[in-house]
Amino acid sequence: MTGLLEVDGLTKRFGGVTAVAGCSFGVGAGSITALIGPNGSGKTTAFNMITGYLRPDAGRIVFAGRRVGRPDPGGLYRRGLSRTFQQARVFGELTVEENLVVARGYSWPALFARRRTADDRGRAAALLAEFRLSHVAGLRAAELSYGQRKLLEFAAVLMSEPRLVLLDEPTAGVNPVMVETMERHIRERNAAGTTFLVVEHDMGFVMRLCDPVIVLDRGAPIAAGPPAEIQNDPRVLDAYLGD
Amino acid sequence: MRGAGPARAAVIFGALAVAPLVLSAHWVVNLLIFTVMYAALASAWNVVGGYAGYPSLGHAAFFGVGAYAVAIWFSRHDVGSGYRPFLVLPLVGVAVALVGLPIAWVAMRTRADVFAIVTITLLFVVQVLAFNLRSLTGGSQGVGINPPPFPADTYERPFYYAMLVLLAVAVAVSYGILRTKLGLSLAAVRADEDKARGVGVRVTGVKLLAFAVSVGIAAMVGGVWAYYISFVYPQFAIDPLVTIGMVLMTFLGGKGTLWGPVLGAFILVPAQQYLAYRLGANQFYLIGYAAIFLVIMLLLPRGILPSLRERFRRRPGPAAPAGAAVDADLAAAR
Amino acid sequence: MHLFIQAVILGLLTGGVYALMASGQTLIFGVMKVVNLAQGAFVIAAAYLTYTLFTRFGVDPFLAILITTPLLFGLGVLVQVAFLRPLRREDASELSLLVTFAVALGIEGVLAVSYQTTYRSVQPSYANTSFTVAGYQINAVRLYACLLSLAVLAGLYLLLNRTRFGRSVRATVQNPTSATLLGVNSSVVSAVGFGLGAATAAAAGSIYGVLYPFYPGSHYDLISRLLSIVVLGGLGSVGGAIVGAGIMGVGSAVIAVEASPTWSDFSFFVVLLLVLLLRPEGLFGARARGAL
Repeated sequence: MTGLLEVDGLTKRFGGVTAVAGCSFGVGAGSITALIGPNGSGKTTAFNMITGYLRPDAGRIVFAGRRVGRPDPGGLYRRGLSRTFQQARVFGELTVEENLVVARGYSWPALFARRRTADDRGRAAALLAEFRLSHVAGLRAAELSYGQRKLLEFAAVLMSEPRLVLLDEPTAGVNPVMVETMERHIRERNAAGTTFLVVEHDMGFVMRLCDPVIVLDRGAPIAAGPPAEIQNDPRVLDAYLGD
Repeated sequence: MRGAGPARAAVIFGALAVAPLVLSAHWVVNLLIFTVMYAALASAWNVVGGYAGYPSLGHAAFFGVGAYAVAIWFSRHDVGSGYRPFLVLPLVGVAVALVGLPIAWVAMRTRADVFAIVTITLLFVVQVLAFNLRSLTGGSQGVGINPPPFPADTYERPFYYAMLVLLAVAVAVSYGILRTKLGLSLAAVRADEDKARGVGVRVTGVKLLAFAVSVGIAAMVGGVWAYYISFVYPQFAIDPLVTIGMVLMTFLGGKGTLWGPVLGAFILVPAQQYLAYRLGANQFYLIGYAAIFLVIMLLLPRGILPSLRERFRRRPGPAAPAGAAVDADLAAAR
Repeated sequence: MHLFIQAVILGLLTGGVYALMASGQTLIFGVMKVVNLAQGAFVIAAAYLTYTLFTRFGVDPFLAILITTPLLFGLGVLVQVAFLRPLRREDASELSLLVTFAVALGIEGVLAVSYQTTYRSVQPSYANTSFTVAGYQINAVRLYACLLSLAVLAGLYLLLNRTRFGRSVRATVQNPTSATLLGVNSSVVSAVGFGLGAATAAAAGSIYGVLYPFYPGSHYDLISRLLSIVVLGGLGSVGGAIVGAGIMGVGSAVIAVEASPTWSDFSFFVVLLLVLLLRPEGLFGARARGAL
């Protein structure tokens, strides 16, 4: 199997605690893969290693056929691997539009160009329209509601036209209407060719949207497969209910 | 609206250019030199402390290195018609900027608090070096520069215009940063560095660039200062009060704005000189300075320009179109 | 070798006094996230107070500590309440650097006006007494000073670990928000914490005046050393500050005898840079992970 993302034997310890233990899985191109598991099962730690925020103690990460070397979130982003954070993180002092423009993953020469070129604005405008944020484009991001900030963060990481987007709990803390909106955006983007890896606690959301579903427990996958299979897997129930 | 910034700059620099011709008393030009000097220093500091959000307390070290570079060279070489020291300034600036890169690389691995500590420690270390490298710096005896053959009547003018050019450089660099994606990247770094890394902002690169440019300008200003006062001692060339001056003026005028540091310098330097004049050489001066300092921090922590901008923004008006905030930002910065 | 061991002894004794100042510094950071640039000025202020008490009233410098610590505790509380508490939350850590620097300048100014800018020192009769142990000279004042520092540090340890107030302080250090939710009065903890930090500076300052000559500008030398120590040990870690002070004391004493006294501070800074290169959070500091 050759996926867009291959994780092999990934391990991370914090002091005496092993957060991720020999974790191996793949994310197939074009899929919406879910990464679920009980609290403390190592999902976010795995995310942080995949996206270059944490240095793994052991293991290999291959993205788009290239081994990921030293932790470098920016380099990965420019190569097409984006992520969002559990607590939506946007640049509060920048405007909504600037939040998009800044996230385009510029090469050095482009940094000396004007703050917002017509091209930047065009691309940002298209994304803002897609995410129904056009009316707040000029507001400072700090002035948005939490749900809007989640949408903005999602929209912003699409500025670089990524191949793989890692979403860390896209529905955490937002209202049911926003959950549906989020779901629709992920579907649309996926139909257009973007691959997703989603960490999520809302099982309804996962079961509707994701295939395959990978279940982590104590830092390693214990099951993987289509949602219907996972739902009926006794090991998964055990992991969630405790033994 | 485009062009308003350059027009404003032209008026300000035009007025500053004729100032010493109109007010030609020696003490006035002397005051102008120090005011413009601090305006340039504060503008340079603002690039790192304001735009990037890294409060350096070590800028006086680079100011001092520039001062010593010029002083040491021209204590051993002739100044010719008097303009040679000004001509070597770009060299000093570039050299110090290059030296600043590895220093920034180490120091900027830390965040705000520790960065401030590392940079202030750097300042004291450079001071120790200036005291200890006697064969080079003359230690506490200092270094003297050969005096230039400028006419006594207008002796200060070349120094003033050199400072003014450096201020123009500092403001132009700041303007360039604000107008380009460098400024946007730095704003992202200031707001949330980890997140910025994750959306492909070249965090390390823009930070190092900002630091290098900033200390390069500070060094050139130091070079002119050394030449003007013609004698360099460690405790005055590398003085924490110089750093604090830059920081305070930037805070007073408005951190992260284009003209804030300049405004701050034009308020504080004359006030400082007045205090020193009224309170004389005795140390009441320090107490007065500390008091002004505390009052500014407590009453105007955001600075004059941002406070004014806030006032304007609150004014009811039509809904802001896309990008209005940054335009307002740049406009207020002008 | 003899000289080397002699230097190590001297360094450890000196380190003891610095440990006292630095533990206050790092305590203040731990409680309030404030880098107190006035810590050196507090030390020098206490040294001058001790000077006055000694020359005017004949109070022994070690006894003077009983007077200087409460006074500086009060000054610390005053500074916190008047200047640090009103700062806006968002940029409090940056502004507090500047505010404490201003306080340092103010103290320097007051001292310079009251005592002029010449060097002073406190010279009790036993200032130059020393013992000889196994062929090594141990200066009496330094030994007493180091012992006293250790005693004060032990007291601080007990205060932090055995009292209700100490629990509040430690809770605030670990997580200010939860501490507040658990009923810790954070404004009282901050004020008292800052006062305690200043008080340790006072205790160290009374001794400092006996060990070294000082003038109002001496706080610059002190603050650069203190900051190096706390960064080396890890900001906010009292244990780290003590170890950092030991390293600094021994390191500079050894370099002073092996190379030259003028280079001892400099080489210490090189060590600091190397540490930061490898561990930006310092030897014992918690690794800041941002919001990850």
